[in-house]
Amino acid sequence: MLAAAVLAGCAGHAGPASPTPVPGPEAAESQWSALRSQYPSTYQRHANAPVFIKNATVMTAVGPEIAGASILFRDGKVVAVGKDLVAPADATVIDGTGKFVTPGIIDDHSHLGVYAAPGTWAESDGNEATNPVTPNVWAEQSFWPQDPQIPLAIAGGVTIIEALPGSANLIGGRSATLRLIPARTVQAMKVPGAPYGLKMACGENPKRVYQNRGPSTRMGNMAGDRAAFIEAEQYRAKWDKWLKDRVGDPPARDLGLETLAEVLRGNIQVQNHCYRADEMAQMIDLSKEFGFKIRSFHHVVEGYKIADLLAKNGIAASVWADWWGFKMEAYDGIPENAALLTTAGVKTVIHSDSEDGIQRLNQAAAEALYAGQQAGIPVTRLDAIRWLTANPAWVLRIDQETGTLEAGKDADVVLWSGDPFSVYSKADKVWNDGWLVFDRNDPAHQYQTDFNLGQAAPGVGQ
Amino acid sequence: MTAHRRTGAQGIRVFLGAVLFLGLGNAPVAAQVVAITGGTVYPVSGPKIENGTVLLRDGKVVAVGAGIPIPAGATRIDATGKWVTPGLFHGFSDYGLTGVQSVDETREGSERGDVNPAFDVAEGINPAAVTIPIARMQGITTALVVPSDHMIAGQGVVVDLAGGTVEDMVATDHAAMVIALGVEAKDAGGGSRAGVMARFRQLFQDAIEYQRRKADYDQNRMQALSAPAAELAALAPVLAGKEPVIAQANRKSDIENALRLAREFHLKLLIRGGVEAWMVAPALAQAGVPVLVQNLTDVPHFDGLNARLDNATLLAQAGVKVILAQNDDSRDRDLRFAAGNAVRNGMTWEQALRAVTLSPAEALGVNDRWGSLEAGKAADVVVWSGDPFEFSSRAEHVFIRGVDMPLKSRMTELLDRYRTLPPRYF
Repeated sequence: MLAAAVLAGCAGHAGPASPTPVPGPEAAESQWSALRSQYPSTYQRHANAPVFIKNATVMTAVGPEIAGASILFRDGKVVAVGKDLVAPADATVIDGTGKFVTPGIIDDHSHLGVYAAPGTWAESDGNEATNPVTPNVWAEQSFWPQDPQIPLAIAGGVTIIEALPGSANLIGGRSATLRLIPARTVQAMKVPGAPYGLKMACGENPKRVYQNRGPSTRMGNMAGDRAAFIEAEQYRAKWDKWLKDRVGDPPARDLGLETLAEVLRGNIQVQNHCYRADEMAQMIDLSKEFGFKIRSFHHVVEGYKIADLLAKNGIAASVWADWWGFKMEAYDGIPENAALLTTAGVKTVIHSDSEDGIQRLNQAAAEALYAGQQAGIPVTRLDAIRWLTANPAWVLRIDQETGTLEAGKDADVVLWSGDPFSVYSKADKVWNDGWLVFDRNDPAHQYQTDFNLGQAAPGVGQ
Repeated sequence: MTAHRRTGAQGIRVFLGAVLFLGLGNAPVAAQVVAITGGTVYPVSGPKIENGTVLLRDGKVVAVGAGIPIPAGATRIDATGKWVTPGLFHGFSDYGLTGVQSVDETREGSERGDVNPAFDVAEGINPAAVTIPIARMQGITTALVVPSDHMIAGQGVVVDLAGGTVEDMVATDHAAMVIALGVEAKDAGGGSRAGVMARFRQLFQDAIEYQRRKADYDQNRMQALSAPAAELAALAPVLAGKEPVIAQANRKSDIENALRLAREFHLKLLIRGGVEAWMVAPALAQAGVPVLVQNLTDVPHFDGLNARLDNATLLAQAGVKVILAQNDDSRDRDLRFAAGNAVRNGMTWEQALRAVTLSPAEALGVNDRWGSLEAGKAADVVVWSGDPFEFSSRAEHVFIRGVDMPLKSRMTELLDRYRTLPPRYF
């Protein structure tokens, strides 16, 4: 439909082309609000001098680590990575001796901004828990850019997050792909052209939250999902026909069905909170019933039990390193999960789902890496850095732009004080699209949100 | 507040309760002699020993040093290239009290009511909890197990993470009284922190009065007290300065309130949480009040806006005894990584090791038995493949009372089953 056309038009690598032609400018100015459903990104890259980091160990996330290497980035793009580079005269030169360089960390499961600190009722905007099916809500419209958790995450080397609605609902709403930068509005943080995702949830949360009105069972969860997509199929057919024929007035708009129709068209892919192996298999069948794509299962605590099934279906797994046991569907968590998924061929992501965890995702990857190796599972440091960078970029469908350190990619770069898989290492400097947004040794580059001013100690840079 | 008349029968029950765990510490120990040789030994109580030997016998450490003669027939553990430390001591845990956080059937750490000083968690502990072997595999051998949730939550016990019965596990009962002063206690104070303070003072004064005038109480010659006799009686060791009080307090003003109560009633105080403790560090140091720090927590909340990752560092530098006791639902086993993070954020490595071994033992007054590798202490020893705070290291041997514990858990069994797919169920 129309919204799809707008999306497909600006995201060069979005899903299958919308069945509709991109409307002309006269249409865009028309009475059809559907054309303007996706509020535009106002993100603008900051102008910066080029940066040349020399004599560091560079983890590109595409190949082996390069010791004694340099990286040059300019105008928000990586220009070159390698051993024999020469610093241009206009570059800021940084000595990386003893230090490590990685791509910026991408957290594909965050509730920053939608469950902001200080964590009172007033900032609790992550679950529209008034109905189990709310594809009509958009996380970006809850997102508070002054969440004081944001600078803490930046100090952990995170450059991009997927801000997600919570998991109270079967269908929780649209996700937003955001750069973690100081900003007044969420529009200024939105990665231009990044496709939206749809948050869905299996299991205990929806059936607990809605136990008095339903769903109150896992079969009720499935029924709720299927009912929503049955309706969406009809809505999509109605709109697609009108878009093709342009006969008469357009059908009535329904915000929720508009999003689900985009899921059915493949322009939005599903980010599915799901713990148990058997439930993921159910969701795969459900996605096949309606012909939509689950991009990644999130949490996937039992992923290791069905790693073959996930690999076969090309679905990623976004997991914790070590969370387990806090509820029944997390009871079978094991620390080798990420390693087993990876060696089975599943694109694996270490995510945080936590305002604390997001500050130490490098440590989580280290924990999962070594847990795997100690169990004799052949995972590598390259696998582990990809859990934090290239793979979440793939999950968010921004992997053509970022997630690795290669010429032409966005200059999302972290300089670490040492090996990022050591507990003792810290992010020393963080560049977001070439902009130095954090410097541990320079208070002038330690962002404080409005909330902290005059009442809270600096949370970063210590 | 509910006024309570005398309840003599409850008083009697308290004293029975007090004898219930007499004879503890008689749990099974290894009779054979174990010699851990060749490793770098970190006794905590003294400097590290290269190529050191740790000798264990009858569940106790009998010698630590270089060049110690090894008795014939000793079981030798070659720790060449390894790091040897005391077992880690989790200073604030719910091992055995909580199986699965969201499942009521497995939660025993909280008694209903705001004021539960007589609530002793010991018999709620499930020695078969699956969390115990998982924690043990991360080198945790000893833990303070505490009640939670209320203005006076009750009393915790120190356990060894080994043993098939509560008697086997619990080595120190009535180890600490857990109270709260911050946001979690407000309701008990009628909605205000000031009300919480007033209620504490009333309770403590009534407990003192009850101790002083038991005869009058039994003859119904006292006015109504603010809690049942059993609860007031349970406060006696606390008010005598014998049993430590762990006060949950994060905001600076809450910590100052705790210090005020401690001064007024001569409490042996510890602060737990202490998000803003770094702002009161000199006063805490002067009062000799240790702090149990959750050092991975730095998100501002109104219960502690001035959160910092280097809270533990600043406290240690000011001379406060710091205990690292990260405590959250699913990551309690990661105590060693919390210690690593403390080093990341400025503590020395030695300070951090002490903060998960000897310091909790000292703060709870049980360092005669735990916390360091010294002759006469419990043979709780971990042999690590490398630096215990690093992700790349793992515990290769975990001795509790001299027993080389099997490093198996529910997790390892799941791994074994699903390592290759499809799994074999037969």
